[in-house]
Amino acid sequence: MFRQRLSFVAGLTAAGLIAAPFILPYLGFTPTTINRILVWGVFGIGFDILFGFTGLLSFGQSAFFGTGGMVAAYLLTIINLPYVMAALVIGTIIAGIFGYLVGMIALRRTGIYFAMITVAIAEVFFFVEFNPLSAYTGGENGLPGVPSPSLYLGFTTINFNSDKSLYTFLAFWFFIGMVIALRIVRSPVGAVLRAIRDNPLRATAVGHNIHGYKLTAFVVAAAYAGFAGGLLGVMQGFMPPDAFMFDTSGQLVMQTAIGGAGTLLGPLLGATVWLYLSDFLQTTLQLGAAWKLVLGVIFVLLVCFLRRGLIGGIEDLHAWLMGGRKKGEPAVDKTLTNMTLNEEKAAKDAIAFEPVSAAMPARHRAGDPKSGIILEARALTKRYGGLVANSDIDFKVRHGERRGIIGPNGAGKTTFFKMLTCEVPPTSGQIIFEGRNITGLIVTDVCQLGLSKSYQINQLFNRLTVRENLTIAALADLRGKFRLDLFRDLRSISGLDERVSHTLDLINLTGRVDTPVSALAYGEKRRLEVGLALATNPKLLLLDEPLAGMSPRERIETVALLKSIGQGRTMVIIDHDMDSLFELVESVTVLQEGRVLVEGTPAEIKGNAKVQEAYLGGMHDALAAE
Amino acid sequence: MVNWPNFISQCFNGLVLGALLALISSGLTIIYGTLGILNLAHGAMFMLGGYAGWLTYSYTGSFIAAVIAGSLFVMIVGVLVERIIIRHFYSRPHEDQLLVTFGLGICFVELVRFFFGSLSKSVPAPLAGITSLGFMFYPTYRLALLGIVAVALLVLYVVLYRTRIGMIVRAGIEDSVMVDSLGIDVYKVFMLVFGIGAMAAGFAGIINAPVVSIAPDVGEAILVQTFVVVVIGGVGSFPGAVLGGLIAGEIISITSMFNPGYSYVMLFVAMTLVLVLRPYGLLGTAGRE
Repeated sequence: MFRQRLSFVAGLTAAGLIAAPFILPYLGFTPTTINRILVWGVFGIGFDILFGFTGLLSFGQSAFFGTGGMVAAYLLTIINLPYVMAALVIGTIIAGIFGYLVGMIALRRTGIYFAMITVAIAEVFFFVEFNPLSAYTGGENGLPGVPSPSLYLGFTTINFNSDKSLYTFLAFWFFIGMVIALRIVRSPVGAVLRAIRDNPLRATAVGHNIHGYKLTAFVVAAAYAGFAGGLLGVMQGFMPPDAFMFDTSGQLVMQTAIGGAGTLLGPLLGATVWLYLSDFLQTTLQLGAAWKLVLGVIFVLLVCFLRRGLIGGIEDLHAWLMGGRKKGEPAVDKTLTNMTLNEEKAAKDAIAFEPVSAAMPARHRAGDPKSGIILEARALTKRYGGLVANSDIDFKVRHGERRGIIGPNGAGKTTFFKMLTCEVPPTSGQIIFEGRNITGLIVTDVCQLGLSKSYQINQLFNRLTVRENLTIAALADLRGKFRLDLFRDLRSISGLDERVSHTLDLINLTGRVDTPVSALAYGEKRRLEVGLALATNPKLLLLDEPLAGMSPRERIETVALLKSIGQGRTMVIIDHDMDSLFELVESVTVLQEGRVLVEGTPAEIKGNAKVQEAYLGGMHDALAAE
Repeated sequence: MVNWPNFISQCFNGLVLGALLALISSGLTIIYGTLGILNLAHGAMFMLGGYAGWLTYSYTGSFIAAVIAGSLFVMIVGVLVERIIIRHFYSRPHEDQLLVTFGLGICFVELVRFFFGSLSKSVPAPLAGITSLGFMFYPTYRLALLGIVAVALLVLYVVLYRTRIGMIVRAGIEDSVMVDSLGIDVYKVFMLVFGIGAMAAGFAGIINAPVVSIAPDVGEAILVQTFVVVVIGGVGSFPGAVLGGLIAGEIISITSMFNPGYSYVMLFVAMTLVLVLRPYGLLGTAGRE
């Protein structure tokens, strides 16, 4: 859906909104139901940005729905503010402010904790509205007499006071809400939100301040909720107190899950199904209170069997009906892989003669003619309880150097890397990067300074494509760790396309650019893992076992790639494959039992008796004695 | 001025409510700790226990029979739910687990509403009357309730900390994959834990029925309070659930003495304080998301 142009989706939405009042009544929808669906649709757009795109499942949206609605209704009824739109906007802003405050607390934790905290906070809003603030909110009576909106055109005034005219009013605002959401989703912020949903750890590690972005999504969702709450009051001419109830949040969650999260239109579809069935079961089938039971059962079945909601189901059905194409897919895949392999060979040959990076030397900072020490670790120590993972490591890397780190399993190599990138704090010691003490910084800031790492175990954004993965990493460097360019088109960011295609070249995935990560081969994923670190344009690149788990052929190819990546770059590589590593680096540090055993050129290390002993135990002596 | 007898009696009420919350929350927390699933239908389990007990009571007239039937019924429901539905959600994302248990909760509530209506039902207290504590009079059943819950918590403690199965459960809380690879059928343990956890809520539901009458949505408020308890105490921690329960119970009762409308606000203030000062809860440990 998001590959299509914005104007296309917006146009489709507009067409649907225009057609709906002509079609839906024939299917048994009453005008009030149709209007109600739109209110839930607006509410749901914001929620989908929070849940579908950022992966934060809140069960407390009623707090903002109620707040926005009550503020607007209060202004219109008790204060007698004559401007409906102004009241709606003020309600929206206040809901957004509450969203900010609540987000500050709820986002201290993630996952189920986040869900529980949002439930608890929403309940507080409900009780406060009902009891201490009942003088302003009408308590259990709500606020009646909310005026309907009107539009003054100079010569005449349009009153939106009938169901049909209200539909125009609501549909207009749904459309505006949809367009704004589409812009947000396609902005750099939208890309980062999806990255947070897929892999918050990596989104942090490539240099995004994910807390800020999560808070942004939370505030956006709260503002949409507040606006929808205002619309509800205006639509009914009455602001009901049950907008604050847990049931409201629950209904929103269920409608979104039924329609399909992560689609923006899903909540609208879900609301259509929900409200239609509730009307149908109660009025036509005379089920009385049992309607909710039926809907509950339908919901549970949907969650069990149709994971991606109705829209996801429709997409799957479409793919299944296009079975012919699907059958052919493996074949296409094969040719593609062969093609990739051929390309790899070609690239390898090309690398041998003309390094890729030499073609674009301006793209990385390491090209600056700097010399001296870029990174220094002083007496770095890490203890886990009684276990000493790293002990008194002194380590220096020069600008432009390619360094290898080897050591038997458990020597503390990965822990050492994690300390260098500030993922884990050292027990004692210091880390100096470009003359600056970075000890105690957070991983995001370290990455922003130009120190980036590829992981030993792939940490990718699995639901996104190769291009989206690299885009997310590149954005961290091009935009900084936090920026609120909510409405900026991703494509308008200068240097982004070049950075992505340059990185694609370096890791040789150009042919797989629009493939989702989940469909990549293992070797390709490993290369993308390196690519994510590379796309942040680091001054110093740390690679933690880039060759781990690769087949011999993949290794040869990857070594060639790493060679070309290494041109003019400063790199530190951990690997167990010594033959490959010695080909890549100029000098080697050997770690053993958390200490530096020896440092030297590959040739020196190969011949070093201590190193052989570290790997082979006492075998060296035995061999020497023979 | 503070009315002291009233204050002390509210403290007692807080203790009773706190003990109940502790029991319900420990059910929720051992399920989460072991299975990694936050059971949003936990409130519905509390409600089901109340209704099963009420139904038994109205046929037999025996409160003891009601307690036994209520607890067993909820345990069976828990085991069946785990076997039929929850089991298929272990490998699915947290969000799906929340959605499905939320949906199940609604189904249970609406099912009960369908059969028994929305009007509240009450079970008479088995120990009527009031007891003199020397300095004040207090309803006898509430005093007994305190004892019953204390015994129930003790039983849960003994099962968790002094038996082989409890050791497996606690090991499962630490690392269920490891337990699995030791040759212990984790899924059987999961089923049992879900049953026991649900039973804790169901048991609380029936023994609380003489104090607060039952209605289909009685579990909803309890569920929210349970969340606060678990956040305060630390997710997955049994002692944390007990401590958190008592704190929450006292906060609600003492605030209600001044203005019931603020009891949730105070609960929320306490939760926020804990989140700011000790993000993993008073007795929780890091790394449990």
